[in-house]
Amino acid sequence: MKLGYPKDGKFGEFGGRFIPETLVPAVEELEHAYLKFKNDENFRLELDYYLRQYAGRPTPLYFAKNLTEFVGGAKIYLKREDLLHGGAHKINNTLGQALLARRMNKKRIIAETGAGQHGVATAMACAVLGLQSEVYMGYKDTQRQKLNVFRMKLLGSAVHPVKEGTQTLKDAINEAIRDWITNVNTTYYLLGSAVGPHPYPVMVRDFQSVIGNEILSQMKELEKRSPDSVVACVGGGSNAIGTFYPLIDEDTNMFGIEAGGIGIKTNHHSATLSSGTKGILHGMLTYLLQDKDGQIKDTHSIAAGLDYPGVGPEHSYLKDLNRVTYSTISDDDAVRAFLMLSKHEGIIPALESSHAIAYAIKLAKKMSRSETIVVTLSGRGDKDVEVVERYLSENVKNSR
Amino acid sequence: MSRIQDKFSEIKAKKQKAFIAYAMAGYPSDRETMSIVRGLIKGGADILELGLPFSDPLADGPVIQNASFQALRNGMNLDRFVNLVKKIRKESDIPLILMTYANLLYSHGYDEFISTIKSAGIDGIILPDMAIEEAQQYLNAVRKNNMDAIFLISPNTTTERIKKVSSVSSGFVYLVSVYGTTGGQQQFQKYTFDAIKTAKRILGDKIPLGVGFGVNSAEQARFVLQAGADAIIVASSFLRLIDKIPQAKIQSKIALFAKSLKKTTITE
Repeated sequence: MKLGYPKDGKFGEFGGRFIPETLVPAVEELEHAYLKFKNDENFRLELDYYLRQYAGRPTPLYFAKNLTEFVGGAKIYLKREDLLHGGAHKINNTLGQALLARRMNKKRIIAETGAGQHGVATAMACAVLGLQSEVYMGYKDTQRQKLNVFRMKLLGSAVHPVKEGTQTLKDAINEAIRDWITNVNTTYYLLGSAVGPHPYPVMVRDFQSVIGNEILSQMKELEKRSPDSVVACVGGGSNAIGTFYPLIDEDTNMFGIEAGGIGIKTNHHSATLSSGTKGILHGMLTYLLQDKDGQIKDTHSIAAGLDYPGVGPEHSYLKDLNRVTYSTISDDDAVRAFLMLSKHEGIIPALESSHAIAYAIKLAKKMSRSETIVVTLSGRGDKDVEVVERYLSENVKNSR
Repeated sequence: MSRIQDKFSEIKAKKQKAFIAYAMAGYPSDRETMSIVRGLIKGGADILELGLPFSDPLADGPVIQNASFQALRNGMNLDRFVNLVKKIRKESDIPLILMTYANLLYSHGYDEFISTIKSAGIDGIILPDMAIEEAQQYLNAVRKNNMDAIFLISPNTTTERIKKVSSVSSGFVYLVSVYGTTGGQQQFQKYTFDAIKTAKRILGDKIPLGVGFGVNSAEQARFVLQAGADAIIVASSFLRLIDKIPQAKIQSKIALFAKSLKKTTITE
């Protein structure tokens, strides 16, 4: 089932390269460089060095004993990507791409960010590798993730708030693409999720596959077998594809969890795979949240990093193959899981990852105590404490 | 021959170049779009490009973005676009080109969408995010419905690729004059001149070359024509003008500006 490197950038009918002509030479140059360096020993060694010594890999696979006992079902393991430098899995990809950009002699790096985690990880990688970075972020997201905006600035990155459209991740990507079209000869676009035109979805998947590869070897050590289930949250889907891809040929059930917002029957969610239809956005053919005319819909999630109306094309493919089960968790349940993990394990998870935790809790109850679930804890929740505090106080008010 | 191809032959016979003008359907309103179209035709536009707004116009600069959002807020959609086209067709035989993004066609189904707009009176389609590698299904529907598919090239497009793009294009080939989105207001640099010359040399007389993105004034139009373009394409400047003039004067002011641009395509 593993697709490896699809030459035409197609996962079944999904993916591809729906881009303005000006970007064609740029993505061809990128693809050429990526194919040249991905198996280059010096490149691998350098990336490996930064992943270990700078980012803090490998990350622990932690047995959440308290949570497991509290839930009373399958053993729950947490893949601790939250312990990486910067506090999220995003650094796996930004180090890889920034090293690639340096080899391509691109000095100016642009990126988009939703929750700010990819922006922070880009700013870090660029600071340490001596590159200049500029990050596009939806204005709405700059307001709800102020801490990350300041972190990016501290790390030497310029932050451009995007006031067009819905002022979230989708608009930040639009604006980054416009910048790329304008400065195509000097600029490297460091995309943060497994989305966009080929070769981004493949390249981001490959850089994030370190998550699944480590899960596999750690589980074989701890449990002498691969996990029975893995759970990861899906916005664009980079931590999820990095978790799933190395496990695709294993006897493992996979669950990708999207943001159910205030309910997928409403218009206030980001559950692209659960309720979307096929379409073309940001250079790829994939499932989208769109109306009957093909206009992209506004999305909602309490987790800014999941607030996106598209999804990586490989996820669309895995959905249609029924290899991965895609499901949703509401804002409410995500906040509950956020509180539960904080209280029982002393780990404050990112709101994005809280969606995966919430689903794993439900799933564990239906499984036997001898079975195992690995949840990718894609990030830590420090950035979210204000949002959660506000959510709790508003909901207490509402229930009065 | 299509209306677009006929028009280019007709203009060539007159030893002129073509002037292609743009209006966003539904901006600032459906009714005013008609006034703008009338103004453009009166001012001497040879071909009209009609924008159908998309929520995420990633090849467009702020001017067309804002017009897109406003037109969508006004409720512009395929049905209303078809009505607008039919209304124009009652008054004029001018070649009409749809400019929009791939998803609007894909989500309706290429064939259904294209046959719908063809029967309303559209002659050609420009999709800035449709790369030739992804275009097979789209092209099948285009050919089936006798539509012209106008593909884009850019200053960084290789010779080999220009040949490929022109071999699947019909009507004309659209050269994006600058690195950037639509509506840039910078002065043209030498690379634009060179890109036009190169593209013209490769295309020869096989298919006309239109040049747009950042052609804002008569001066810039002349620059582009001197380099060898067969058509100038002007879009954002009309939208900028619309924002500045009272409703009652739209038609006459648009006609006046269009006239100044058309003049550049006529050599005595």
